[in-house]
This record gives sequence, C-alpha cells and structure tokens, in this order.
Amino acid sequence: MTSFMLTDTTAGKISGQLTRLRHQMGAPAVGMVLTLVVVCDERDQYDSVRSATEAAREHPSRILVVINRESDEANRLDAELRVGESTPGEVVVLRLYGELTSHADSVVSPLLLPDTPVVAWWPGDAPAVPSKDPIGMLAQRRITDAKTVPDGIKVLAGRAKGYAPGDTDLAWARLTPWRSLLAAAFDQPVDKVKKGFVDAAAGNASAPLLAAWLSERLGAPVKVADSAGPGLTAVRLTVDGGEIAVTRTDARLATLARPGQPDRHVALARRHTSELLAEELRRLDSDEIYEAALKRLSRTYKG
Amino acid sequence: MTEPAAPVEETAAVASAAAVTATTLEAAAANPLRDPRDKRLPRVAGPCVLVLFGVTGDLAKRKLLPAIYDLGNRGLLPPGFSLVGFARRDWANQDFAQLTHDAVKEHARTPFREEVWKQLAEGIHFVPGEFSDDGAFDALAMALKEIDQTRGTGGNYAFYLSVPPKFFPTVVQQLKRTGLADAPEGSWRRVVIEKPFGHDLQSAHELNEITNEAFPESSIFRIDHYLGKETVQNIMALRFANNLYEPIWNRSYVDHVQITMAEDIGLAGRAGYYDGIGAARDVIQNHLLQLLALVAMEDPTSFEANALRREKEKVLKAVRLPADLSLNTARGKYAAGWQGGEKVVGYLDEEGIPADSVTETYAAIKLEIANRRWAGVPFYLRTGKRLGRRVTEVAVVFQKAPHLPFSKDDTEILGHNALVIRVQPDEGITVRFGSKVPGTAMEVRDVSMDFAYGESFMESSPEAYERLLLDVMIGDPPLFPHQREVELSWKILDPIEEFWATQGQPEDYPAGTWGPPSADEMMARDGRVWRRL
Repeated sequence: MTSFMLTDTTAGKISGQLTRLRHQMGAPAVGMVLTLVVVCDERDQYDSVRSATEAAREHPSRILVVINRESDEANRLDAELRVGESTPGEVVVLRLYGELTSHADSVVSPLLLPDTPVVAWWPGDAPAVPSKDPIGMLAQRRITDAKTVPDGIKVLAGRAKGYAPGDTDLAWARLTPWRSLLAAAFDQPVDKVKKGFVDAAAGNASAPLLAAWLSERLGAPVKVADSAGPGLTAVRLTVDGGEIAVTRTDARLATLARPGQPDRHVALARRHTSELLAEELRRLDSDEIYEAALKRLSRTYKG
Repeated sequence: MTEPAAPVEETAAVASAAAVTATTLEAAAANPLRDPRDKRLPRVAGPCVLVLFGVTGDLAKRKLLPAIYDLGNRGLLPPGFSLVGFARRDWANQDFAQLTHDAVKEHARTPFREEVWKQLAEGIHFVPGEFSDDGAFDALAMALKEIDQTRGTGGNYAFYLSVPPKFFPTVVQQLKRTGLADAPEGSWRRVVIEKPFGHDLQSAHELNEITNEAFPESSIFRIDHYLGKETVQNIMALRFANNLYEPIWNRSYVDHVQITMAEDIGLAGRAGYYDGIGAARDVIQNHLLQLLALVAMEDPTSFEANALRREKEKVLKAVRLPADLSLNTARGKYAAGWQGGEKVVGYLDEEGIPADSVTETYAAIKLEIANRRWAGVPFYLRTGKRLGRRVTEVAVVFQKAPHLPFSKDDTEILGHNALVIRVQPDEGITVRFGSKVPGTAMEVRDVSMDFAYGESFMESSPEAYERLLLDVMIGDPPLFPHQREVELSWKILDPIEEFWATQGQPEDYPAGTWGPPSADEMMARDGRVWRRL
C-alpha cells in the first residue's frame, strides 16, 4: 500500500499525483469499472472505507471519500491518496474546510473516472432527496442507509416522495436473502395468502419494506409486529389450512415451515455492509421493485 | 413452441423436456413473488435430491462436494435440498457427512460457515452397496422415498454418475429396474454424466443407447466443465453483445485461429485411464472442439438450448479434415526432462504405462471450416501434457495490414494483430496491435491491451461445477453438449485416430518444452508459427 498526503491542494494536483503513483507501482493500466463516492463523517470514515474497499474487490473502483470538516475555517482541501496491492482500485480521502464544504461536487467531478458509472453512498446521514443533492446529481446510483439514522422508517417513508430511478437503500439490500427464500417457498404451488405478519425488533427499517413488498406482490395485508430481535425474526403468512412461516431467532439459521410438509432449516445469516454494497454495485439499473415497495411503505406509514 | 424445421425426434424431445421442467418453470411463472425486473433474486433450484455415485472419487472430493457447499453458501440451494451418497463402503450417514465436511473445509471456494453446513448436513444421507447389488438399489429407492416425505423434495432426483464409464450400463440398468429413472407426473429425474463420452463414434453411440434406454435425451446432462467457465461463456458475450468484433470475425480479416490447452502436469495418477486414450481423445474431442464451435459459430437466434446447440452442430458439421493427415497433424509423447525446475520422468517410465505404449501425450491438428465465413482459414488445435506451463487460450490471429505506408525497417518487428481469449489461468482478453515506439524515429512494435477478469469483476468467479450443478437442478441445458455434438466431434477425430494407429510410436519431446518438432514443422509449412505461451 502506497499512501500519499496532499494538503491545501486541488483536484488537478490530486489527479496528477494518482497517475504518478500508478506509474511508480508499474501498473498504469486501469481496470476500474466505476467511481464510488462515499459521503460521510469523520467518525464513520474508517468503517465506510473498509466496506467500500472490500466491495471493490468484486467491483474495482476509484473510491472518493468526501468528509466535510469545519465550515467556519478558511477554505482548504486536504487529500489522502491510497493506491495499494491489497485492493484493485484506488482510494482518495478528501477533507473539505470552509466554504468548500458546500461545493464538494467541484472537487469530486474532475476526479470521476471517464465514461464509467458513478455511485454515491451515504453511510450515515443522507439528503432528503438524494437525486437533488450536488453529489447525488453526479451519480447514476444513489445508496442511502436507513438503518444508521435515527427514526429510519420515517426517513424512508419520506424518501418515497423524492424518489428518482437509481435511488436505493441498504435496508432493502438486507432483505434479499429473505426475499429469495420466500420466493423459493412460493416456487411450489401455494394457496392464496389471506394476511401476514413480519416480526422484527422495534424500529427495524427493513421490516416495513419487506411487509410492503409482500402486500404489493401477494395482494394481501401484511403487517409489522415487534419482537425481541435481533433484526428480522419471522415472516408468517396465513393460507388455507395453515401458515407458511420463516422464523429466525439467532440471526443465522432459519426454519421454513409450510402446511403438510416437514420443517426445514436454511442458512440465513445477516450480511456485512461490504456484501450489501457489492450487491448494490452488481446492478446499476433502476430497481422498480424497490420503488413499488417504498411507495407502498410511504402510503401506509402512520408516523 | 417448436420450430417447424425441427426433426421429429427433436420435437418429441422438446415436448418431453417441457413436461419435465414444467414443475419448476411453470410454478416460477405463477409465483407472485417473482418478477423478471427483480434482478436481485437469484435463480434458485426447486426442491430436489442429488444422488452422487462415486463419492469417494477425486472429483467428488475436490470439486463436486465443495461446489454444493458453495451453492448453499450463496443461498442458491433450495430448502430441503438433500444429498445422497452411494458407494461400496460400510458407512453410515455420518461417515459420509464427515467426508463431505472435510472436502468442504479443504476445497470450498467460499468461507466455511457453521449455519450453512448445518443446513447441508441435515440433508446428507448415505446408501452403501455395489452397483451390481439389486438390494442396494432397492434400499436407495426406499431411502429416496423417505427423503421425499421427511424433506419435501417432491420426487425430483438428479443422479450424478461420477464413476468410470464401464459402470454406466450397470448403474443405468439399476435405475431403470427400480423405477428411479421414471418421473411420476409433476416431478423430474435427471442423469448427469461426465466425459469421456466413449472413445470413438461407435462407443459413444453405444453409451448413449444405454443411457437412452432409461432416460430421454432431454433428461441427460453431459458435463463438459469447460463450458461452465465464465471465460468460455464470455466468448458468446464478446462476440454477440458487441459490435466491435463481429465485422472482422471472418475470412476477410482473420488469418488463422489457434486453440491451445497446455498442461504442465504429467499423468497425475490417471495412468489406468489415460493409456490407450491419449491427448486427442482426452482433450481435443470435447474441450477444444467445443471451444472451436463457440468461436466459429454463427449467432444463435436465442440463448435457449436448442438454438445454441443447432449453431454449434452446424459448425461442427462444416469442419473438414486436411487431405494429407501426415503433413497436417502432429503427435508426441514426453520424454524425461526438466519441467519448471523439477526433474521428471518420461511417459513410458510413468508408473502403470507399458513400455511399448503408443499413446500420445501431445496432439496438434489442423482443421478447416467449409462455410462462407471461414473458408480457407485454418484452425490449429493443440494440447499436451508436460508442456512449459499450464495455459488454455483461443487466439484469433488477424491478417497483416494490406499496405504499410512505413518503410520496411520501421515495421520489421511488427507481427500480426491478435485477439486472445485467455480461458485459464488469469482469465481475460488480450488484444495485440502495433504501436509507435516513443522517440523521434517512426518505429512500430507490438503492444498488448489487456482485460483481466479478476481486475474488472469478482475476486473469484464461481467454479464451473457450481454453475453446472445449479443448471442441472434448475433444468437449464444450454451449457451441456447434446449427443449429436458428441457424435459429430467423434466423426472429426476418428479418421485422425485411425491414421495415427498406423504410424507406430509418437515422436518424443523433452518434458517442459512445447511439443515435438513435427508440430512446429506443420506450422512452418503454412508459413506460420505457434504462439509462444
């Protein structure tokens, strides 16, 4: 890993230094497929960069980390460049001071890889309408995370109004294994679902999304009920002659039960942020299924 | 819907295939939770049992069992999935589970996770017995019936025959006798067989007759693990998803094509199988001719099995052998030498090889394809053991520029442009072209532009067997060669083998080098050279 610090610098100098570093390492060819812009606080920086670099193993990226520091200091841009053997891409940590904090896009846009997709990720606080945010406007895909903010469900419900194709939330990505298992259970003929419940720890932002998706697809009311957790603990769907249920109490192994059939165990572990991020980066087109679930969530949300 | 031109037997096969896959595909179509736009949801197999014959074999331990675990770890195995082992061992379920556990720990691609193992272990069963023992197969049938009840697998069984071909008839007969080969309404039965698919046209045909007695063609999945590799599938993406290559992918621009599979290892304990078979039957008949078909075929109307197989068959049918086989084929066997810093023995000194063996360990052949796209473009295929290093690639070598406005000295060292598809290792694509050397003089030299799979996509792409096992369980056949392709390939190779049989001992080449001199002479006669790999 080669690391390089630049203080009081500009995007042009950063760009030049990156090229020099790559030449020095003897790897001038770039196989990077996208630019990932991470907008976060100083305290989230370490974990976010770690997750992003891990996801970059699957999707070699230029990772631009934007950290807004004191806005009442003098205007200044500090940058930390990391080009390493351990990761296939590059990391640039940008620290913005003064008035520059409200013009981050002017720093980011010259550093984007040409003619490749741009993804923006807010690991913590995110703008209410990501597609109207200066950084969000540069990106094809905008990833937020309702789990990490207080009152995540409310934030999620509010985001439906400003939804634009390309918006997505890690609370939705966390549901993929659950949705995949439920869909597999419905690959065998199933009677009409009458109603259902999603059990989850109070305040879990994924639970109402899952309930919204299920009601949308099954045409039956699916409600959220509180449980002791951790995370999502069960989905129970009432059908003629019984209940189709997926229960998981230890956040690792789930049990699938359906009428007239033996119970079966299925691995259903919670995933790391890096895995969620890698899933998001795999498909860069808009996610209509998420849109439908999000809009239903917002219609039924009673804050 | 079937295409009007389809021959009668194929129409029937398509109809029965539709009936067999109905349980999975129809239910999936009716599934309210699935939506083609929902690309996050992976293709997951329906409930089923995988019955593995030959669980103690090397392939099972190194590839199949780890691949099953990896599928589970990626969430692609259905709830209730069960794995049944069958072998001549006095074992209980837990002994087989232990073997699987060890194989997974050692060889799985993805990290070991207790909960995934727990899910898999619950469904592991073992049935002891010999292939000739009726009682053992009756016990297997009973065990499967019981699994259907306790695990909800719905009578869907895939039988994986990871056993030497001489046992095929017995196993298939037993499956037929016990009724395991016949799928009741609403369920499926599939059989998976591994290469070699015979050792010539006739034996391939006989082998197929035997399998066909119990299973219809649509339920037979022939595994050529090369077709499960990402890079091989990428040949189709490269050719048919882009507009850049197709216009030059023909005789007007291509000079010749070289398809190589080189191994650095020797026999690696396969003496019993390899002697009498040789490099051409072992590698050219299946892997290299399949690669040739994918590189040379016309664009299929869709990526459905029928459309794809039809194009591959067309091109295999158009393959022509050179008139004089003595000048356009080469074969060799490795002699003692140094391979990668190690002193190794010659083929005849390998354990279990008779001193008068005439089996070749290196084979090179020249083929032509008699159609409008390829007429006059030679395809050179070569494979060998104990060569310089392990590499598999397809190189499309282009003609030289018709006119060079530079002086002869400027372009002295400029070669042919080439597009190389690296299948393994270091999967990717290289384009070689001329570029100006920086400086005041105009000097043009070859440079490479490189795309490495590992660099732009996943850190480790799924193992070929993961993809293929999943396709078997889903019932998706495009990546499995049809019997017609197998027979067409033998038709290409049989005359060459017959000719070689009259030629006595193959020529020696020192281990660690790139084959016998006759292979280089064969290229030199055409004014070409093998790529140095």
